[in-house]
Amino acid sequence: MTASLLGMYRPGTTVVHRLAVGPKLATLAAFAVAVTLLRGPWSALCFLAAAVAVALWARIGVRATARAMRPILFLATVFAGFQLWRVGWPLAVEVAGDLLSLVLLAVVVTATTPTDDVIDAITRACEPLRRFGVDPERVGLAIALMMRAVPDILDIASQTRDAAKARGLERDPRALLVPLALRTVARARATGDALAARGIVDD
Amino acid sequence: MAQIVLDGVTVTAPGDDETTILGETSLRLTERRIALIGGNGSGKSTLARLLNGLTAPATGSVRVDDLDTVRDGAAVRRRVGFVFTDPDSQLVMPTCAEDVALSLRRTRLPKAERRERAVEILGTYGLAHLADVSVHSLSGGQKQLLAVAGVLATDPDVIVADEPTTLLDLHNTRRIADLLFGLRQQVVLVTHDLELATRCDRALVIAGGVIAFDGDPAEAAASYRESVSR
Repeated sequence: MTASLLGMYRPGTTVVHRLAVGPKLATLAAFAVAVTLLRGPWSALCFLAAAVAVALWARIGVRATARAMRPILFLATVFAGFQLWRVGWPLAVEVAGDLLSLVLLAVVVTATTPTDDVIDAITRACEPLRRFGVDPERVGLAIALMMRAVPDILDIASQTRDAAKARGLERDPRALLVPLALRTVARARATGDALAARGIVDD
Repeated sequence: MAQIVLDGVTVTAPGDDETTILGETSLRLTERRIALIGGNGSGKSTLARLLNGLTAPATGSVRVDDLDTVRDGAAVRRRVGFVFTDPDSQLVMPTCAEDVALSLRRTRLPKAERRERAVEILGTYGLAHLADVSVHSLSGGQKQLLAVAGVLATDPDVIVADEPTTLLDLHNTRRIADLLFGLRQQVVLVTHDLELATRCDRALVIAGGVIAFDGDPAEAAASYRESVSR
């Protein structure tokens, strides 16, 4: 399981777990705005330190968190390497720090908040949009499914990589990307069928 | 038992009216345990999907207790639960309790009660200790058991199970089969397992999109074996 924590709730009793979902999502949004507006390597390092502190406070597990962050760490390294080559170390640190801190805090939010609470909060927030034809329940469910899809897609990617490796095609991007895209679409269709069969999209 | 009536139903391939998946079929399904058997691509899953409104007929109608599966889809799905072959596609929430609670959302119970009820339901199937466990970390048997629990949470009158034991080992096959056969609900079971089929009250053999045999399960199994060995 490559991403046991991304999009996955881990029950606990810490203050972060007990915090209501509304303030948690609002904090995450404010954090994202601050990360985007405040420039420079030092602020990025401060944001990263803050996100790490919150993750430790929430006790979501160092090893599980590290495992979940591995793909993002890889991306951050690539982006930072590119910026180091093109611009210099301050931007490299800023890009990597901003990306890692944002994803880590998002992981903390999803790992400490039951999905049902997220659906309810989003449903409540979208309630005023009902007059414009928006179905708040459907929006909440769609976002919950999106969170659930993250570990699912990473699982499919891992299986696809293994299958390509078994056929000696691990260096052929087509052997990775085509089955990944097809299986992801197939999984999405199957999930849609399952929701329809359970009558969840009827109400 | 629910009255399931198929009247002159045909199903064609999506976007291709020329390709028939299920030829004209008229049936009345009233027995408690009904098996649908047949080879891969024979049309048995299509027939099963018609019963819950997942597939709409190209012609004719499917009615469950006089409710049309197309016109009254939501009401039909409240009566007819559907268990898929692969529980991974059926389990849509991160943890076991959340997945069962998702089924209960349409009961409009307050959230705390939904959660309590979900844990209670998990307890009925010996899964209470897994309430807060990720569905990803369950074994195949536990996943299928959870999928069935999620369907039974809303107490439907009919369960349609599309090859629910195909991906399971012998132990879990027996576990799921015993659970399905022990239910008060009417069960329509799509299966390749002829032993399971013969435990039913009625069996239909489907071949090439038509009902090749309809009647006693032992005779149906013999007819299917014979068609395979031909």
